Amino acid sequence: MSEITQEKMDQIKAYIDRVKQQPYPTSYLIAVLHYVQGLFGYVPREVMDFVAQEMNLPTAHIWGVATFYHYFNLKPIGKHVISVCMGTACYVKGAHDVLEAIKRELQIQVGQTSEDRLFTLQEARCLGACGIAPVIMIDGKIHGELTAKSVVELIHRYRKAARGKTA
Amino acid sequence: MGKSITIHINDKPYKVDPGQTIMQAADKLGFHIPRLCYHPKLSIEGACRVCIVEVEGMKNYVASCSYPVNDGMKIRTNTPELRRARRDIVELILDNHPLDCHICDRNGNCELQRLSYSMGIKARHFEGERKNYDEDLSSQAVVRNPNKCILCGRCVRICSEIQHVHNLSQAYRGFRTVVMPAYNMPFSESVCTTCGQCINVCPTAAFVEKSYTQELFERLNDPGLVKVVQFAPSVRAAIGEAFGLEPGHNMEGQLVAALRKLGFDYIFDTQFAADLTIMEEASEFLERIQNKGKLPMITSCSSAWMKCMEQFYPDLIDNVSTCKSPMSMNGAMIKSYFAEKIQVDPKKILSVAVMCCTAKKYEADRPELMFDGLRGVDIVVTTRETAWMIKSAGIDFLNIEPEKTDAPLGLSSGAGAIFGTTGGVMEAAIRTAYELYTGETLVDIELENIRGLQGIKEAAIQMDGQELRVAVAHGLGNACGLLDLVRMDPGRYQFVEIMGCPGGCIGGGGQPYAGANSIPLDEEVLQKRAKALYDLDRGKTIRRSHDNPDIQKLYREFLQRPLSATSHKYLHTHYQAKLPRGIIPDRAIY
Ligand code: SF4
Ligand code: SF4
Ligand code: SF4
Ligand code: FES
Ligand code: FES
Repeated sequence: MSEITQEKMDQIKAYIDRVKQQPYPTSYLIAVLHYVQGLFGYVPREVMDFVAQEMNLPTAHIWGVATFYHYFNLKPIGKHVISVCMGTACYVKGAHDVLEAIKRELQIQVGQTSEDRLFTLQEARCLGACGIAPVIMIDGKIHGELTAKSVVELIHRYRKAARGKTA
Repeated sequence: MGKSITIHINDKPYKVDPGQTIMQAADKLGFHIPRLCYHPKLSIEGACRVCIVEVEGMKNYVASCSYPVNDGMKIRTNTPELRRARRDIVELILDNHPLDCHICDRNGNCELQRLSYSMGIKARHFEGERKNYDEDLSSQAVVRNPNKCILCGRCVRICSEIQHVHNLSQAYRGFRTVVMPAYNMPFSESVCTTCGQCINVCPTAAFVEKSYTQELFERLNDPGLVKVVQFAPSVRAAIGEAFGLEPGHNMEGQLVAALRKLGFDYIFDTQFAADLTIMEEASEFLERIQNKGKLPMITSCSSAWMKCMEQFYPDLIDNVSTCKSPMSMNGAMIKSYFAEKIQVDPKKILSVAVMCCTAKKYEADRPELMFDGLRGVDIVVTTRETAWMIKSAGIDFLNIEPEKTDAPLGLSSGAGAIFGTTGGVMEAAIRTAYELYTGETLVDIELENIRGLQGIKEAAIQMDGQELRVAVAHGLGNACGLLDLVRMDPGRYQFVEIMGCPGGCIGGGGQPYAGANSIPLDEEVLQKRAKALYDLDRGKTIRRSHDNPDIQKLYREFLQRPLSATSHKYLHTHYQAKLPRGIIPDRAIY
């Protein structure tokens, strides 16, 4: 997903060209970056340069916006995105231990991607599943009532599945 | 302006104009409300809240820099509660600040120190988390230290709104917010033009120049070197401020004497080389006219402009004069003509330039300027660094007996002096070009139309029945405005002068910091510095570059004539498009 291809660049250019027809084109910067992330899973630096040229916006300005919103990934993300809920309910029920267990297992910090490019770790606010706290979400799927131990097992399952496919 | 309204400040009524902020009205009435992020030349950020005042009927204190006055408004600027609130705000800023003033570049010259003093802060009540980032030392000219940054945003705004370089933004958020170039690039790889204006407006030491003072002290003690120094026109017009003088004193003689005391063997004047630049530049201009070369010709002496042009206006490269800046011309003459005269191997010469400019540090390092495998200038120090060196060496600058520069690169005409202010290069060039072109002497040599601080200035001069249309811009933002006109209509002007800093070199990024009673880039200060140079011009008998006898001698003995092969070798250069390409937005986006 993350390679930069001419086809994707053309799509971005077409998107920006449409935006330029609107009354305040530069106000669509966030929408454009959103679109870019949809194509690549993150916002690559080369593409920010391209967006700057096409939208006639200083690169530093784009960088300021892209770093301001936690939503944007600035580095390629892993195959699976793990979001650990740090909302109040989950926190009270031990989300901290769950997070620490994941960090230890994957050898990464929040916001980073594991060496094998399989997992990216993020934090989230209340995921709306407080009833089964503490919860994490992997690629949109909720997993609840976790412990430091069970979450590691969960990661093992994802690893095995990935290995099965590539093998 | 509408009918005046009445406001009350600290229980006294005053008549003021509507349509201004509380701070503006208060300033005029002599109430100086403390402030930090506000700067009159920049957009209002409203970020620091140091400027809060009490307005009767309002639940919360209001930020006076952004809140407009209303009829009947009752404002208090100094109640005990307000003073406490304000003090708390500044204490919170200090909270994350490395309080190491005694080892800091801005020690004794820091707005944050002054603010903290005037708030009466005597203790630290909060002990906050400190920032721990690496300094960015990659640039030849500008050092960025995010640990000292208090996020007032003035640098971001001056770089975008005044300079139109848009190199900086506040990236990330909350406590992790850092002012940085795109992608957190090292400064050396960013679009930074090294103009140093962020240094001028920064209230702390978060932006400072790359200092070469220690290295210079070392090398001044090297007995194997012949130490030669030159100093720019604007340095003499501003350095007095660093010693507590009012702006506008010409300290040329004192500076020469102090430089000798510091250990320099020969003291030359960049104004001499400004005369030399005019000889070459005026000749190049006439050649372009006669041979239907690329017009308008654009001046090339501002180093920040050089880099700006290569990144933002590569399409105009052929319009830019090939003349090196006066500093680099003088450097080249020091290590060739002068070296020959004193019969010293140019490698044994230490060539130093005292400049009002930070970008000259970058310029001196440009490989395009080398000749015979040599750099013309080895070390560039700013006005600020030089003032510090003089103080540090215990030289009594204000009471020193004035001295004169040395021959053969020290004598200058009045035209050379006005090089330091916006419009000055053009005025000097016209004084000479007119005579070279018409064979007659220009009588009315003071070109009022292109003097002063208006952003873009134009004039038309009659030369032998031909109209010569010229334009002048100072500050890179104004330059961009003018060059956009040139791009649209290349026939509009024949000659364009660009200076990268507001006011020209007198407002350079290396000039003394604003003191307690002024603000960075204050127009009045710039005008006084400019006046010092115009007075210098008026006081000289020789006011045209080509009348300078030492310039005539230099051509006779070494260069032969302007644009000769020798001139080209030492005095001219070339440019090339550079990456990253800068982007100039269609309109202001902040
Ligand atoms: S920036 Fe100012 S307040 Fe901060 S350490 Fe330096 S002198 Fe002190
Ligand atoms: S030196 Fe000039 S161009 Fe560079 S960041 Fe500072 S203000 Fe911008
Ligand atoms: S670097 Fe200086 S001017 Fe820029 S935001 Fe920080 S304190 Fe303000
Ligand atoms: S707090 Fe975690 S799901 Fe609500
Ligand atoms: S000076 Fe008014 S908010 Fe900073």
